[in-house]
Amino acid sequence: MTNQVELLVKGSRRALARTLTLIENQHPQAQATLAQLYPHTGKAWILGVTGAPGTGKSSLVNALTKALREQEKTVAIIAVDPTSPFSGGAILGDRIRMQDLSGDKGVFIRSMATRGSLGGVATATRDMVRVLDAAGFDYVIVETVGAGQSEVDIVRTAYTTLVIEAPGLGDDVQAIKAGILEIADILVVNKADRNGADQTVRSLRAMLELGHPASWEQFVSHHGRLMETPTMPSTPSDVTLWIPPVLKTSAIQNEGITELVIQIEKHRQHLTESGTVAQLEARYIEIELYERLQQALMRQVTSQLSESLIQTIINQIRTREIDPQTAVNQLLVQLN
Amino acid sequence: MAIRAARVLIAKPGLDGHDRGAKIIARALRDAGMEVIYTGLRQTPQMIAEAALQEDVDVVGLSILSGAHMTLVPRIREAMNEAELDDVPIIVGGIIPDDDKAALSEMGVVGVFGPGTSTEMIRDFINKLIAQKDGDD
Repeated sequence: MTNQVELLVKGSRRALARTLTLIENQHPQAQATLAQLYPHTGKAWILGVTGAPGTGKSSLVNALTKALREQEKTVAIIAVDPTSPFSGGAILGDRIRMQDLSGDKGVFIRSMATRGSLGGVATATRDMVRVLDAAGFDYVIVETVGAGQSEVDIVRTAYTTLVIEAPGLGDDVQAIKAGILEIADILVVNKADRNGADQTVRSLRAMLELGHPASWEQFVSHHGRLMETPTMPSTPSDVTLWIPPVLKTSAIQNEGITELVIQIEKHRQHLTESGTVAQLEARYIEIELYERLQQALMRQVTSQLSESLIQTIINQIRTREIDPQTAVNQLLVQLN
Repeated sequence: MAIRAARVLIAKPGLDGHDRGAKIIARALRDAGMEVIYTGLRQTPQMIAEAALQEDVDVVGLSILSGAHMTLVPRIREAMNEAELDDVPIIVGGIIPDDDKAALSEMGVVGVFGPGTSTEMIRDFINKLIAQKDGDD
């Protein structure tokens, strides 16, 4: 074991921070470090928190973490913010809402920019989660703006996913559009101190009760087990159900947080007792394997292609000499 | 394949509430391709040291317009040293009288940027600091 890994496992926060940087930068030593850490992982409960900008995710994570700390659980937080596609820079401001957690040695907050697509954001996040898991935290919370596919991918590293909504952001059709029913294990209507919270709760419940086939199928594949909403036809009694609860919270007034912690614990129990957690983990590993394989193959292939060859092909495609798919087929033949 | 991004903490210690300068710097550095961890107003020395540690930043930028820099900066440096961040440089921006610059430099501040500094100057300064650091590693 390298010195840094040893220090990390023993609880050095500086070693932990440095290892996270190493992984994030895809430093040449990153892979070996992850391999050494891997046996120490698998103990943390991973929570995903996502939702539209301005729904109060960071404040909610702040309140939730305080509640978990009262139960003497240690908490690590990865707050993901987007990298500017133009400059490659980012402003990471989630810590502003988490100042209450300052000075607590049982909490570790790390801001992370999505950076380029190189290697995939989900892969990078997964690796960061593992580092924090190996460092011995009871909970690892991944917070991300739920605005697109990459965020959904990030959330698919979590065992329990909270989708945060706020009143007045859109009607129930927006809710279907965003696909939130598919990824949420718990739906949270935050900023419940504002007008319209009850209506948001009602429309989310109504959407859940619709139980349309798409969400049905999604639930099956999401947890590997059949789950259904109350309006669905009756099913055999051995089928495990998890109906995402819709909760109201006000993070800044610290309301509804106790109930949220209870529901997270219930979901955790549900997954562990039904054995679904093993299936879920297996499915995540499968997704990850394919992703890594894809990336490795891509690197292997692109390393064999010269820039001039690519430019020639681009020109051929542009001048309509050849179509893109035929060009790719020919390239693959050449590479084999 | 290594991807390196400069990580900079921008913090406002003490009690003054004027954060426009800090925000302009944060944005300029973002536009220069850096990852800026912005911690907001009224940060204590311990909060700054802790954020610098957890975020593993390359440099800490402090914006101080209250005139309390001679009190705040040494405490922040001390808190950072206690957190084993002796190697993380501090730069200061804001209203800093020329007479204080030498003293700040003795406290381990590597750069002081007063009114009239262009954001490009700060960007270039940070880039140079990071190039030095990476050279040392």
